[in-house]
Amino acid sequence: MSKHWEHVPHDADVGIVGVGASREEAFEQAGLALTAVMVDLETVRSLEAVAVECEAPDLELLFVDWLNALVYEMATRRMVFGQFEVHLDDNRLTGRAWGERVDLRRHHPAVEIKGATYTELKVAIDQDGDWRAGCVVDV
Amino acid sequence: MDLALLERASEFKWVVPPTGSMRVPGVIYASEPLVRDMDHKVYQQVVNVATLPGIEGASYAMPDAHWGYGFPIGGVAAFRPDGVVSGGGVGFDISCGVRTLLTGLAVEQVTRVPDELATELARRVPAGVGSRGGIHLSAKQMNAMLKGGAQWAVEQGYGVAEDLARTEEQGCIPAAAPDEVSALAKRRQEDEMGTLGSGNHYLEVQRVETVYDEPAAAAFGLRLGDVVVSIHCGSRGLGHQIGTEFLKHMAVTAARHGIELPDRELACAPIQSELGQRYLGAMRAGVNCALANRQIITHLVRQSFDQVLPAAQLSLFYDVSHNTCKVEDHVVDGERRTLYVHRKGATRAFGPGHPDLPPELRAVGQPVLVGGTMGTASYVLAGTAAGESQSLSSSCHGAGRAMSRHAALRRWDGRRIREELSRGGVRVRARSLRGLAEEAPGAYKDVGAVVDAADGAGLSRKVARLIPMICVKG
Repeated sequence: MSKHWEHVPHDADVGIVGVGASREEAFEQAGLALTAVMVDLETVRSLEAVAVECEAPDLELLFVDWLNALVYEMATRRMVFGQFEVHLDDNRLTGRAWGERVDLRRHHPAVEIKGATYTELKVAIDQDGDWRAGCVVDV
Repeated sequence: MDLALLERASEFKWVVPPTGSMRVPGVIYASEPLVRDMDHKVYQQVVNVATLPGIEGASYAMPDAHWGYGFPIGGVAAFRPDGVVSGGGVGFDISCGVRTLLTGLAVEQVTRVPDELATELARRVPAGVGSRGGIHLSAKQMNAMLKGGAQWAVEQGYGVAEDLARTEEQGCIPAAAPDEVSALAKRRQEDEMGTLGSGNHYLEVQRVETVYDEPAAAAFGLRLGDVVVSIHCGSRGLGHQIGTEFLKHMAVTAARHGIELPDRELACAPIQSELGQRYLGAMRAGVNCALANRQIITHLVRQSFDQVLPAAQLSLFYDVSHNTCKVEDHVVDGERRTLYVHRKGATRAFGPGHPDLPPELRAVGQPVLVGGTMGTASYVLAGTAAGESQSLSSSCHGAGRAMSRHAALRRWDGRRIREELSRGGVRVRARSLRGLAEEAPGAYKDVGAVVDAADGAGLSRKVARLIPMICVKG
């Protein structure tokens, strides 16, 4: 199956999943899933790039760190991101996110994200041979 | 939840007998329909919490329990000083809570100017994604705020000393350690003081529609037909960042501390470890941030009423926090013990006579403020003597979601929800129609059934029912 993202229902919060041919692609797709919790992806223009770096003892913790780095950048810069690029090197991630300032009239953000959690956290190859990276985010 | 997994101890009490690595039983307080509707994950989370080192009494779930992360939302667990403290047991939104203000107004006074008041409140109180408050904190002010909580806010002119007497810990939890709060967390909070946030957070003008317990309501200052204001929000970006960072530290070091985690989200550290102490200091700073935040919003609400209804006299009735870990004395197995009580989506509910209650409320018990949905009702309850042995003086905190945001969005349209609420007499001011659909009243459990279960189980008793008139959402 080609790269894509999914939202998975959770009682109080939202589960997000990114799927791709590589770990990097799965992480990038999960970035889109994260944004889609807040706004309609089609409304986000790639006007500004923000660099992100993180490090963690294993791939799953690194995935949560990646999402939390995006949450932090969105919160402090008042931005939304609609395009992502991820490079993985052992347990180190360098990436970039493109987006723009939140525009209430155009983006109509539904909810802000408090943080990515370790609930339903999984980064693994699925039965189709694709990488799936997902967890629940607290909203 | 499969009832076959539980032993029914009474109408509203269900026990999970300890098996495997559980150190204590699980106890779920709810009616049979509420337990049936609970996700199996709640059972799993109650069981997981029961395995943590140093847990005392039981791993409790309140009637509004639902699937959380690590702990169930609506979970209560207390640990001995030689046990653990868990970031997941407090949650990301540290000290999220509800405060209710009395206005001295009758319904008719507000129904003359509902739109003016709704518009003024929405204008003054920043809400929603990307909103900023009018206050920018320098590094020095940030540390003073994290140390002083609502006391700091009152010193800055955002309220009066009487407000502090009606706030848990008199508006300032001791032993907060601003130095343990990262620069990132502080940066996230610089411009967020006095903001409401989004999601299930709200500011409501409500009317007292039913009084269940006249003497208690009178002591609380609540009369039928009175107008009150309730604020539901927490520690904003700062709390979220503290939660995020310590969760990782705790998950990474658990094995080193000899702790086997059934779920990484249960990440915890020994209370006596360096990390445990650092978390407690940072978490308490988060509590103070939430208390200061609700205090500043109170000030903005007062300004709004001054503008539209100057006859109003807004006094704080009570402020409760429902995502916390607090050091409290409780009687377990007939012995008084000092415990670290985690309440994640649960409200402290001290019974009558508790020394921490303000003198004028002491005979009645602690007010328990239970937030409902914008289309239904909120409730005021009072702590009971029985609650001490039942649940370490804890009760429910809200309706609890019955449906995911995803499902709510498919079922409801924000514009229609707003129209329906307006026809029902609730003025809604929301920044986001999608957010409104996700928060549709139908996406929540029946809050009436939740408080009936809390009352029936003896965790707290019903005092009054509040119906929304105006709702400001993010």
